[in-house]
Amino acid sequence: MKIHEYQAKEILRRYGVTTPRGIPCFSVDEAVKAARELGGKVWVVKAQIHAGGRGKGGGVKVAKSEAEVREWAGNILGMMLKTHQTGPEGQKVRRLLIEEGADIKKELYVGMVVDRGTQRVALMASSEGGMDIEEVASHAPEKIHTVFIDPGTGLKDAEADGLAAKIGVPAASIPQARAIFKGLYKAFDETDCSLAEINPLILTGDGKVVALDAKINFDDNAGFRHPEWQPLRDLDEEDPAEVEASKYDLNYIQLDGDIGCLVNGAGLAMATMDIIKLYGGAPANFLDVGGGATTEKVTEAFKIMLRIPHLKAILVNIFGGIMKCDVIAAGVVAAAKQVSLRVPLVVRLEGTNVDLGKKILADSGLPIISGSNMADAAQKVVAAAEGGSKAAKGKR
Amino acid sequence: MSILINKNTRVMTQGITGKTGQFHTKMGKEYANGRSCYVAGVNPKKPGESYEGIPIFATVKEAKQKTGANVSVIYVPPPFAASAIDEAVEADLDLVICITEGIPVRDMIRTKYKMQGKRTRLIGPNCPGLITPDEIKIGIMPGHIHKKGRIGVVSRSGTLTYEAVGQLMELGLGQSSCVGIGGDPVNGMKHIEVLKMFNDDPETDAVIMVGEIGGSDEENAARWVKANMKKPVVGFIAGVTAPPGKRMGHAGAIISGGKGTAQEKLAVMEECGIKTTKNPAEMGKLLKSVLK
Repeated sequence: MKIHEYQAKEILRRYGVTTPRGIPCFSVDEAVKAARELGGKVWVVKAQIHAGGRGKGGGVKVAKSEAEVREWAGNILGMMLKTHQTGPEGQKVRRLLIEEGADIKKELYVGMVVDRGTQRVALMASSEGGMDIEEVASHAPEKIHTVFIDPGTGLKDAEADGLAAKIGVPAASIPQARAIFKGLYKAFDETDCSLAEINPLILTGDGKVVALDAKINFDDNAGFRHPEWQPLRDLDEEDPAEVEASKYDLNYIQLDGDIGCLVNGAGLAMATMDIIKLYGGAPANFLDVGGGATTEKVTEAFKIMLRIPHLKAILVNIFGGIMKCDVIAAGVVAAAKQVSLRVPLVVRLEGTNVDLGKKILADSGLPIISGSNMADAAQKVVAAAEGGSKAAKGKR
Repeated sequence: MSILINKNTRVMTQGITGKTGQFHTKMGKEYANGRSCYVAGVNPKKPGESYEGIPIFATVKEAKQKTGANVSVIYVPPPFAASAIDEAVEADLDLVICITEGIPVRDMIRTKYKMQGKRTRLIGPNCPGLITPDEIKIGIMPGHIHKKGRIGVVSRSGTLTYEAVGQLMELGLGQSSCVGIGGDPVNGMKHIEVLKMFNDDPETDAVIMVGEIGGSDEENAARWVKANMKKPVVGFIAGVTAPPGKRMGHAGAIISGGKGTAQEKLAVMEECGIKTTKNPAEMGKLLKSVLK
């Protein structure tokens, strides 16, 4: 789960991380009021969307008067902010963060992720702040310094100090950097983060170490022990199809193609997307209905896929283990009758009770195309999707 | 022979009183030698009771002492599953298989830390389990799609493993053991460790390795294969079409910072002499092509 910068900063402040003072706003008037409340002569107007690269996309502006705060807030609120992480249409800005200006002397980077190799939390820091860490990793990997944190002891003072020195924090400011690194780890651990990043971490003219930006992702698996996450979720930032799917406990990801996929199991669902591509088609989504799919779940899954305007065909690929083929077949038939299927449907069933499942499909009277195995089903769905486009072209 | 489990394995189920634990314990008991293999269940609140004739004990330690069980399978819900692993490790079992999906990463980091220096092996979490066909099945895979043979299967996915097995069966190829190592980023045995065991197993002739996007376990395994493996290995990686930054169902199936792509993994595997296919419908065919 992703949260906004201002929410991440609120969490980090609770763990002793210094940030600029700031106020989240939802309107231009609120932004001006926030600037007044903060005082000073320089403010930063920051678009709050979940994607990174906001500055380059024009979503972060420095204002030197109240009038400028009003102007920038007006320009940014409601804009479709395009960054390298939003996709070509951009993401609509609905929230702002108004912050006091900072005197930036040097920009650094610090981030925390779970390292799969060591199976520990990795603290990464670099003297190259303000740009994507992936960029630094590709052009100057020697400038990234990493500590793998011992879960028994937590981040040690010596490790924190050593890292701070390596990325160019002056000796006088090292105690501040240490407090920030240790606070970041404590926040990461206690709030079940999957990623926590301060980029840039800045050194100010008067020797302060400040988190100028902040990003936190939570580990979805830990949601059961964090009821406080609920109000932090911003549904406007999520794909509507994915939000809808999550209500029914469906693992769904929207893609660009025109062939819908309904599969049991994450690995098989990915493989199904891959084979559609291999045979010249394009998957419209990733969808794992899981091991306990019911008729209701299958019906909702169909409804979600059928909302894709350019959808041309659907492939159901099931290898029944615990999930019995007859149950999924009954679900497919019920769903197809309920939602008025407007595209060809190819179904491939294998595994537990497969014959019963195939019989249910055949007896349903629905125009279901049967695939004898994964390759056959994929080829048939790609052909069906192409047939649909040709027919559509013919009509014009 | 086989790896990790066989007909002499004695299993306890942690979480035997839950719906999932009961269902799969029953299925396991009904498979091949299951009747003699499934010997105990654990639930701290229900010692003295039994399920399907299997006695329930309060602790793993007691279940081990009283029944000689050396392996446990865990169906405990996510909030308590990591502690269940800890308990099995403390009781010094040979092998723990954790089926539970959805354990917080922080819990698994702590559990793995506590496992340092212990002899207990862990499979999973978030895995289908493992099967030595016609001997024993521990986990949620359908037993009837398998038969005994000489092909090893190791995979991060459940249904995609069944797909691979189904393709082998079409070609008349049985399996020595099939191991689902699970889809979580912090987990127990990796591809490399399972491949080492298949390499040493005289009754395994060749191995299918099924991977997916995220992490670098497949690359590490491939490098080991190049230097050490005496048997042919073929591979498939799911997720060539997966977009970066999105968690594809499994917690560990994510391309982050441009790392862990299927393309990268396939390239390293090919470099290391592992034949790969981009077609998930051809895993069986590819395996057959490398058999001597």
